[in-house]
Amino acid sequence: MKKLLSLALALAMTMSLAACGGGSSSSSSQSGAASGASSTSGSTPGEAANAFKLGGTGPLTGDASIYGLAAQRGAQIAVDEINAQGGDIQFVLRYEDDVNDPEKAVNAYNALKEWGMQISLGSVTTQPGIATSSYNFADSIFALTPSASSPDVISGKDNVYQMCFSDPNQGLASAQYISQQKLGEKVFIIWKSDDNYSTGIKDKFMAEAEQLGLNVVGNATFTTDTATDFTVQLTQAKQKEADLLFLPIYYQPASLILNQANAMGYEPKFFGVDGMDGILTMKGFDTSLAEGVMLLTPFNADAQDEATQSFVKAYQDKYGETPIQFAADAYDCVYAYKQALETAGCTPDMSAADINTKLKETFPTITFTGLTGDGAGITWDATGAVSKSPKGMVIQDGAYVGMD
Amino acid sequence: MKKNILTINKSTRSMLFTYTLVIGAFVIIQLLRTFKDGGVGAVLEGQLIPICAYVTMALALNLVVGISGELSLGHAGFMSIGAFMGCSAASALAGVIPSAPVRLAVAMLVGAALAGFFGFLIGIPVLRLNGDYLAIVTLAFGEIIKSLLTNVYLGMDSNGFQFSFLENRNILGEGSIELIKGPMGVMNAQRISSFIAGFVLVVVTLIVIFNLVNSRTGRAIMAARDNRIAAESVGISVTKYKMIAFVTSAALAGAAGTLYGCSQVTFTATKFDFNTSILILVFVVLGGLGNMWGSVIAAAALTVLPEALRQFADYRMLVYAIVLILVMLATNNPTLWNWYARFQRKKAEEKGGAEQ
Repeated sequence: MKKLLSLALALAMTMSLAACGGGSSSSSSQSGAASGASSTSGSTPGEAANAFKLGGTGPLTGDASIYGLAAQRGAQIAVDEINAQGGDIQFVLRYEDDVNDPEKAVNAYNALKEWGMQISLGSVTTQPGIATSSYNFADSIFALTPSASSPDVISGKDNVYQMCFSDPNQGLASAQYISQQKLGEKVFIIWKSDDNYSTGIKDKFMAEAEQLGLNVVGNATFTTDTATDFTVQLTQAKQKEADLLFLPIYYQPASLILNQANAMGYEPKFFGVDGMDGILTMKGFDTSLAEGVMLLTPFNADAQDEATQSFVKAYQDKYGETPIQFAADAYDCVYAYKQALETAGCTPDMSAADINTKLKETFPTITFTGLTGDGAGITWDATGAVSKSPKGMVIQDGAYVGMD
Repeated sequence: MKKNILTINKSTRSMLFTYTLVIGAFVIIQLLRTFKDGGVGAVLEGQLIPICAYVTMALALNLVVGISGELSLGHAGFMSIGAFMGCSAASALAGVIPSAPVRLAVAMLVGAALAGFFGFLIGIPVLRLNGDYLAIVTLAFGEIIKSLLTNVYLGMDSNGFQFSFLENRNILGEGSIELIKGPMGVMNAQRISSFIAGFVLVVVTLIVIFNLVNSRTGRAIMAARDNRIAAESVGISVTKYKMIAFVTSAALAGAAGTLYGCSQVTFTATKFDFNTSILILVFVVLGGLGNMWGSVIAAAALTVLPEALRQFADYRMLVYAIVLILVMLATNNPTLWNWYARFQRKKAEEKGGAEQ
């Protein structure tokens, strides 16, 4: 008993010592970071000498980890590719876990700041994105977020840019698309009421639908706690005789909705937004249920162009799964940074504030061609909002097919 | 002098130790922030206000769990009320009270009063009962508050407040502020909380709790905890005293919520869920029931720990859990306590021998 106890205590002691050691080393690196020679090792050790320090926060653990991990991996592939090519622009990437919590995201951001982050990938999810972006603004560290899509992330901050569409734009585009293509007579919306993303899209969709004369027969909500059973919402939709279900939600609840609608024998058309992307690669989901589902997405893993194919292959080889749009957005972010840094003529020995000033001037002027968006290229305006067109896709035989 | 400190009774000694601990920690951190280059580091700097809020939460919950002997599983609900209402009050008063510290103090009072009011409402039916009903009711309360606040839209313009539920039907005119935005929670235009405000709140909390505990009321509360029947037989109204403890605790939690809310750029109702309630309970249990300085240390340490463990990357939360279990085992280990008692006795004997 005594032995066990002393062992346990020794273990606890070692751990707390290790923790203290970590804390002090990272704070001492703060002064070293200015001279560009930090001793702290990031997720890719070494090569710190002459590279831009690129940091991002995202949910690497917890409920939303699928998005954070996808973004981290997508960015990592881009960084590895760029570093392998050599050239003037080299990156060191470090992602910190924020568990999809604004408070933790600020801690993660501060950890990155101590590490000496020069440019930032913002946060992966919206709520933490709102928190960290205001720190990005206060500290003059430029941020390009792959996927924090609320307009609140960029509003009032001239150095925070988005790679994804903003939520209202998706609602707008969806309503226009449905109306133009005459996809449904009676539209019913199932949305997630405790989610910023879903609420943002739904609000704009409703407003635009009214203008366009779309007949929205009703809407029903769910929350994180009730995201397992959708029979009530589906019954409501069925009673209202809706022939098109608009689902501005992520793909896990959407897969359940498809499943349960099928079990009820209810067969409306389904229309999703970019959160629906990933449904085909979900484990244990019968893809035949998704047959005919339409969605707007910036990225298509089955696209035949060379860039997409090589990215998908690299991702599959390294992580054993098909990338979702979060990965593609993060991958694009890194390449957009490369292009902007080259255009602006930034070097890794510049301070974060100097890079910030240069990038603020450069980003609105560049046209970037990446995996997301169509052939016309991606541009930004000075507010930080992206301009790229969503791709309308329909699922046929277990694959996306463009619908025009 | 030394003898005097040893002869004062245990509770006073523990009280003095708690004050010394809190004030000492504050002075050290303030000195570091003022004089050392880089201060206490960006990570800890960012955590200072949340630490103060969590310490206050732990102290408030300790009053219910440790002193009054009731289990509350919904203290995050009170924190949530304090955060939402306090921050709304702070934003709404921005034009009226220009001084940020004064505005924060007023906001805290609003948050505390509303949280205390809800605590009173819950207490009326539940504290009359004998048994663990408070745990169940507060658990439900926390969830209800979370669901309600997720659907509240509160806005303000020159004509006054506008409120709508479930859907945002507020039509705001010129110079409007959206105070609560449903699922998007609250977005603070400016963060008025400061570390000094946090420290003041912790000290005020300690004063309130120690004064309550060391008063006639406090002894009645503890008597009701230790033996309800005996307490009733000597004429103590158990419901009344339990209510005093519970409402005080709820109000302090509300003030902590305001402090926390006003320090964040954004927060949502889902932040104050069951997990947060349990986290605060963990602070209290780890620090020791009824032990105030234990709560202070546990809350501060367990808030800093996950950030200090960042180097473990993916295994961070696993290591956190292991550390938690080890500390729990160590602090509740009878062998260790016996050893500690023996050590104390030996020291006392030695001292006694020396004096003779």
